[in-house]
Amino acid sequence: MLEIKNLRARIGEKEILKGIDLTVPTGEIHAIMGPNGAGKSTLSYVLSGRDGYEVTEGEVLYNGVNILELAPEDRAAAGMFLAFQYPVELPGVGNANFLRTALNAVRRKRGEPELDAVAFLKSARAAIKSLQMNEDFLKRNVNVGFSGGEKKRNEMLQMALLKPGLAILDETDSGLDIDALRIVSEGVNALRGPSFSALVITHYQRLLDHIVPDMVHVLAGGRIVRSGPKELALELEARGYAGVEAA
Amino acid sequence: MTALPTKKLEAWRYTDLRALERLSFGAVPAAALPALPEFAGPIVVFANGRMSAPLAAPLGDGREFAPVQEHGPQSLAHINAEQAQDGLSLSVPAGIDGGALLMLSHNAGETPFAAHPRHRVTLGDNARLTLIELVKGEGVYWHNPVADIALHGGAVLTHIRLQQESTAAFNTTLIRANVAAGAAYEHFTATIGAKLSRTELHVSLLGEGARADLNAAQLLRGEQHGDFTAVVRHAAPNCASRQTVKSVLADDAHGVFQGRIEVAKGAQKTDGYQMSRALLLSERATMDIKPELEIFADDVKCSHGATIGALDAEQLFYLRSRGINEPEARAMLIHAFLEEAFAPVTDEAAHKLLIEAIGTWWTTP
Repeated sequence: MLEIKNLRARIGEKEILKGIDLTVPTGEIHAIMGPNGAGKSTLSYVLSGRDGYEVTEGEVLYNGVNILELAPEDRAAAGMFLAFQYPVELPGVGNANFLRTALNAVRRKRGEPELDAVAFLKSARAAIKSLQMNEDFLKRNVNVGFSGGEKKRNEMLQMALLKPGLAILDETDSGLDIDALRIVSEGVNALRGPSFSALVITHYQRLLDHIVPDMVHVLAGGRIVRSGPKELALELEARGYAGVEAA
Repeated sequence: MTALPTKKLEAWRYTDLRALERLSFGAVPAAALPALPEFAGPIVVFANGRMSAPLAAPLGDGREFAPVQEHGPQSLAHINAEQAQDGLSLSVPAGIDGGALLMLSHNAGETPFAAHPRHRVTLGDNARLTLIELVKGEGVYWHNPVADIALHGGAVLTHIRLQQESTAAFNTTLIRANVAAGAAYEHFTATIGAKLSRTELHVSLLGEGARADLNAAQLLRGEQHGDFTAVVRHAAPNCASRQTVKSVLADDAHGVFQGRIEVAKGAQKTDGYQMSRALLLSERATMDIKPELEIFADDVKCSHGATIGALDAEQLFYLRSRGINEPEARAMLIHAFLEEAFAPVTDEAAHKLLIEAIGTWWTTP
């Protein structure tokens, strides 16, 4: 379970998150929607521990642990996974080496045995197959020269292998094509189950046609201004953010 | 002895030899045969500047050393000529593929000494050779080799150097290559050792279609100083040259790249390229880059570029968000930078030696 309590954060002097309260029970998928500049990307970065954001108040408990005190790598080991809006290219780093290093780092921290090359390849190949990816993905450098859709697939491959308990999907950009949306939603829906939660951060309702959320929250001006069932997303689509905030 | 060059000379602006000047050198100590690396082909060994294990056939024994005289302006070459007592002399006859040859240079002694070997490599028309040099040592010494290379028409020499001198040692290496029509000189130096080192290349492309690839990787830490200086003279039309240098500098290390492309009046359709990338792992590390283009022809393509930066914060965060600890994430990114630097080395045995060398570079303090 993820519990965000009165979370305030700033970049430099500018306060972006102004007291966020939000609970995502285990097994549920929640969507966060909101206008541009509401603080959606900031929330995903604060949750995953990126530098440059200062938390001034509040706490974030994941399964009872205040994860704001953990380094990004320890949050990953605790079961959190951030799917990047723009996955980073790593020239010179082979995808297979990257995936195996990440997987074994997380397994080590979770007290599980590391996978040798053979066992890793076996599970990577199975995940690749279920994501309908080409096996030469493993031989290429991480995200280098990948198309937008391929980068998203690679994110979902990492997620499938790392088996997080909580996925945070930063899909705030409007520029995502239908293909990329489909890839992300298939990746999330494949993990959906009683022990998996997700926080889907998006600007547009259409992603939620594919990943049907249990709850929708509206983030505006650094606060959650409304929460409701999945139909809230449709209302937002019809009336716009201004209409919903006022209601 | 001829005086050492000083920083007043433009070509020595970034490399200061005063620490070398302060040393006094005694007699060259007798050298024991160093441990030989695993290598499938022939090996020739120079210990303290003397050939200690001659080459086996089919390339001849490599012993044809004769004293030389210097007339040019390079004073380190003059000192070498005054002091040289031995060196590799190798000729690959026309049309012969000499395969791969490993040359191990090892310098070690209790008291400071200097070694000035003078090497000569000649490839006949359409001959080929891969020369892999391992340069190692222990203690305080000055290693000042000069190599003169002549490549006849269509010959190809792949020359890979792994410089792992003692970190108390000085290495000044001068390599001069004359490349005839259709011939190619492919050079790669990995600078890992020495307190102070300078690798200086002078390559003349003398016939149409000649080519020079002059690549280097510098891995420096502590107070190490590494200088890679390359001068390519395009004297004939339709020649191509590439100079790429990648440097990883930690602690107080100082890296230098001076790259010069000279295009003579008649050298039309010259294709010259030069690139320097440096990764600084500390705020105190410094990199000096001096690109120079001197072009007297009017139909040429010459470009140069340089980047200096720290590890990318976005890349680091990406790795860490996947559970990889910060030190390991940093190591992965540095390794990736170096793997790219080693990409020009396609010879498998040499590539393996280089990868092993970076493995030890960041585990040894």
